Amino acid sequence: MISKAFEGSVDYLQVLDEQGIVDASTFPKDLSDSKIVEMYRYMLFARALDAKALSLQRQGRIATYAPLLGQEATQIGSAFALRKQDFFIPNFRQHGVFLARGFPLETFFIYWRGFGGNVDAPKDFNSTAVSVPVGSQVPHGVGIAFAFKYRKEDAAVIAYVGDGGTSEGDFYESLNFAGVWNVPLVVIIENNQWAISVPRRNQTAAKTLAQKGIAAGIKCVQVDGNDLIAVYKATSEAIANASQGPTVIECVTYRMSMHTTSDDPTRYRTEEEVAAWQKKDPIARVKTYLVNKGVWNEDLEKQTADEQAKLIDEAVAKGEEFKPDPRSMFKNVYSFIPDVLQEELDDAIASNFWQ
Amino acid sequence: MQMNMVSALNNALALILQQDDSTVLLGEDVGKDGGVFRVTEGLQARFGENRVIDTPLAESGIIGSSIGMAIAGMHPIAEIQFAGFSYVAFNQLISHAARYRSRTCSVQTVPMIVRMPVSGGVKALEHHSENPEVLYSHMGGLIVIEPSGPYDAKGLLIKASRMEDPVLFLEPTKLYRLFKEEVPEEAYEVQIGKANVVKEGSDLTIVTYGTMLSEVKNVVEKKGTNAEIIDLRTINPLDEKTIIESVKETTRLMIVHEAPLTFGVGAEIAARVAEKAIYELSAPIIRVASPSFPYPFPGYENYYVPTEKKIASAIDKIMSK
Repeated sequence: MISKAFEGSVDYLQVLDEQGIVDASTFPKDLSDSKIVEMYRYMLFARALDAKALSLQRQGRIATYAPLLGQEATQIGSAFALRKQDFFIPNFRQHGVFLARGFPLETFFIYWRGFGGNVDAPKDFNSTAVSVPVGSQVPHGVGIAFAFKYRKEDAAVIAYVGDGGTSEGDFYESLNFAGVWNVPLVVIIENNQWAISVPRRNQTAAKTLAQKGIAAGIKCVQVDGNDLIAVYKATSEAIANASQGPTVIECVTYRMSMHTTSDDPTRYRTEEEVAAWQKKDPIARVKTYLVNKGVWNEDLEKQTADEQAKLIDEAVAKGEEFKPDPRSMFKNVYSFIPDVLQEELDDAIASNFWQ
Repeated sequence: MQMNMVSALNNALALILQQDDSTVLLGEDVGKDGGVFRVTEGLQARFGENRVIDTPLAESGIIGSSIGMAIAGMHPIAEIQFAGFSYVAFNQLISHAARYRSRTCSVQTVPMIVRMPVSGGVKALEHHSENPEVLYSHMGGLIVIEPSGPYDAKGLLIKASRMEDPVLFLEPTKLYRLFKEEVPEEAYEVQIGKANVVKEGSDLTIVTYGTMLSEVKNVVEKKGTNAEIIDLRTINPLDEKTIIESVKETTRLMIVHEAPLTFGVGAEIAARVAEKAIYELSAPIIRVASPSFPYPFPGYENYYVPTEKKIASAIDKIMSK
């Protein structure tokens, strides 16, 4: 006898298409025009911030930087679905999420100047720090979600990971733990199609990345990651249901820029491919929608750009005033300074090595 | 009360769980089974499945999720079943547990303990007798403890549970049930970062820790050597001061450990003594350690781990100078 041991499938969600037309049947009823406008402003803000950071890197004013261009809908839509008490776990490209959650912009620039350890993560900011080893941040989300559940707090955790990150053992282990412990965790896969030079098809033979949740026994869905409303809707629902268990959301998007400022994408992908994704731009379709609705226009666009440019320039100027103190490296290793380390610090100060 | 190391650790864990609601124990087989060495025996029955957790079989997941719990204000105590399996979680320990404080300027810290059985001498399978203390000490950011007996094990574990740092707690399997000591039933602390002068002496300083302490004590007693024996207890951060002070008095230094010779704890201590007390020495420093290759299959372990004979011969050599 043969019977079905398991049956499963993954839904794909798109609400706002490339032409700026919404699907009324899936449009979230509680989503107001003013909220979409607010998210749209932040998408513009994220793109402006990204452009500024790239320009500063090219001038040698910040260190290596990982641009987010093209992923604004995924980041802003998911960030806006979070409630104040929710926590997020970044990898290293989630500048839009930091921005939308109110991270101090000057701190952002100080971080990318190369002084993360001095200033990262304000005390009341509900996130972990930028985490570089791909995929290794997701288990921390499981642990934080465990703590929320353990303390019976009404809070959820959202952990970001890329398409490349879904190949890491830590990703699978995280989904597995999250499923067994049934913790309030939402994993957002930012599938931007490229892990540096390796395309999505070389990461896995699986048809979707979302379906990796199926093996862990947790809910999963794939959404158009360039559709602000789909991302917002899927994430909001996952957060609302987080007390019932974890969810994986694969956001299908595209990294329009380089992996980092040290990367040259022309070595591995075609202009045609990039041009095709350009037509699916996450910002353009929201603008079309809002203009058609009569709640947005070019004057507002110009005014917003000016305001945001001013905030960014002020933050850059403040960030450039920051002066590092090398002693902080020694003071932030343990909860105390061991004698052997104090001696190294004293030696460095006495010898004037930092002059 | 007379306790072996397993009972002392079990007693310490019970006290910690009782005193601190933010502490959970997690690991493979730590719940119903009480751990493969029975260190967590009875704790799940007493404190519940929510606080003594049998995890999926995935070391990186155990350590990674513990890090998250710690960032969120809990104080998890993870067990890795054998240190040889901690390498799967090496990235979580080195890239995250060790660096979270520096990454966030001490805004986010990782107060957690990772317990793991180490060292050989019990004829265990391959990978079950590792000595990874240097791996976890070298990079910085992790406190590394290795007790040599029941009293220290309990006091160090309780102290570790009250610290705001990630602590690797290495438990020599051979010592789990080797001997009993008088151990108070109430909570007490043994200072971390402070070596223990186990026996005072004036002719030779022997620095050791973990499984090798009892071997060294036996040899010194049998030979009647007037040796000062220092048990490190904490590998990182190293208590250099106690060692240097002792060596300046005795003028001879020997380091004995079970981990391989090359790049070992002995090398670090020898270098520090050479830098700060070389002119006080009346004989070259001697290191007694296992040979410089991975821990062998159990049938060979008696040829690998330093024996009393090897330690005795090293004492003869250093005392003849």
